[in-house]
Amino acid sequence: MKRTFTCIVCPNGCEIEAEYEGTEVLTVTGNLCPKGRTYVTQELVDPRRTIATSVRVTGGTLPLVSVRLTNAIPKDRIFDVMREINGRTLTAPTHIGDIVIKNILGLDSDVIVTKNIQKV
Amino acid sequence: MTHKQAIIVGGGPAGLAAALRLKEKGVNDILILEREKLLGGILRQCIHDGFGLTRFGESLSGPEYAQRFIDRVLDAGIECITDCTVLDITPDKVVTAASREHGLMQLQADVVLLTMGCRERTRGALATPGTRPAGVYTAGVAQNYINLQNIMVGREVVILGSGDIGLIMARRMTLEGAHVKGVYEVQPYPSGLPRNIEQCLNDYHIPLHLSHTVVDIRGRERLTSVVVAQCDERFRPIPGTEEEIPCDTLILSVGLIPENELSLAAGVELDARTRGAFVDEHCQTMVPGIFAAGNVLHVHDLVDFVSLEAEALADSAAEYLLQGSLPACPLEVKAGNNVGHVIPQRISGTRDFTLSLRVRQPLVNVSVVVRQNGREVLRKKMRKALPAEMIQLPVKAAKLTDDADMEVCVE
Repeated sequence: MKRTFTCIVCPNGCEIEAEYEGTEVLTVTGNLCPKGRTYVTQELVDPRRTIATSVRVTGGTLPLVSVRLTNAIPKDRIFDVMREINGRTLTAPTHIGDIVIKNILGLDSDVIVTKNIQKV
Repeated sequence: MTHKQAIIVGGGPAGLAAALRLKEKGVNDILILEREKLLGGILRQCIHDGFGLTRFGESLSGPEYAQRFIDRVLDAGIECITDCTVLDITPDKVVTAASREHGLMQLQADVVLLTMGCRERTRGALATPGTRPAGVYTAGVAQNYINLQNIMVGREVVILGSGDIGLIMARRMTLEGAHVKGVYEVQPYPSGLPRNIEQCLNDYHIPLHLSHTVVDIRGRERLTSVVVAQCDERFRPIPGTEEEIPCDTLILSVGLIPENELSLAAGVELDARTRGAFVDEHCQTMVPGIFAAGNVLHVHDLVDFVSLEAEALADSAAEYLLQGSLPACPLEVKAGNNVGHVIPQRISGTRDFTLSLRVRQPLVNVSVVVRQNGREVLRKKMRKALPAEMIQLPVKAAKLTDDADMEVCVE
């Protein structure tokens, strides 16, 4: 089987032509680095993405603090993870790197704060 | 009048990186003037990740990327005034600014660094017909509402233009429960990066309609629908292809324009192609001692390159402060075949510099060729060249002569 992938690992966005059998990658062309092959393999077996969103903050200079995942999660769990994150509220101050949810839904990824928010 | 060695107008990624490098070069008397209440510029609202891959070798969100610079600026004791609007800059580098805390200030600078960034093209610039209901936003405004102010902008969304911020917002609004019905792009190719088409649209099954535009905006108080139509190769809507799409929100992601009103006041000459200043290889505008870098000079795709450009600017500005002037740059750099614009527009021919350019349309299997007087200085093969991706090439002084203009072509 043949398929064209757009690699999302970095801004180069390589267009990768891949030949594969089931989940086994036979050839890849068009990638500028080895990460392209890893990406294609992962896409065939278990496509994963990171997401960034925000969480409500009380008592801060802003009503929201931005958060992100530390590891990519299966693509089909994105909305489950969003629901889980949306249930949370933090109290100011917040600091970059604070863990909001450890190992979210058992997916081996933490939700961390990405913005410092001062207390009012 | 208060005197400063360096005044930096804008505390976003370009201004912060320039300030730090100036300080490292031994310039101590630096002042950053920032319009918003907090430093960091547009990165504050860019909460998605993918920043810093070049710079830090890791994928950070915008606020994290900004904070790394902010922390260092504050640690270095660099003076910053936030919530402060610069009103005027004169060619002899008198900066007038106002803030609630400091009132009206007039400051004399030895060098002025223009790092004001860019702003978005609006509906007015497109002259889209229709009514004027609520629910029409530029992508950056929607991003500000959703990511900073906790205001959801709408539920049924159409996006006009395929710029990166529009693509990022398509994903963001989908994650927040909105239904993004489609992205319509007037050109026959996307204007955002391929990876954003993939991870922001394809991942969420959001259709991208190329060679389409919005021809009517409908609704009295709130937007109720837009009419889209297919366009011909000259971007004219094709009669009979109109389709009405019910929606409550229209997001515009139709280009960014360097914000240069202050530059004009300072007597800085602008390039009609980049809409930023004409600069030489020192990032110096045609007004000696006034420098520009980042999105105010030309719109970048990646913040990592904004930081790099601002650091190169600071190296030159520090040299100017130390020596009183910089080597003259009499040679012109011209945008030739298939090249939309080049930065810098002038060089000395005696120093290394970084050449930035964009192609006019998507091309495959081409070479960027740099010539002086017909003599080839540099050639770089590229499998693909997209208008969405800025091309940057280091040019070595050893390859240059100091007596001939330069032409940059893609062939």
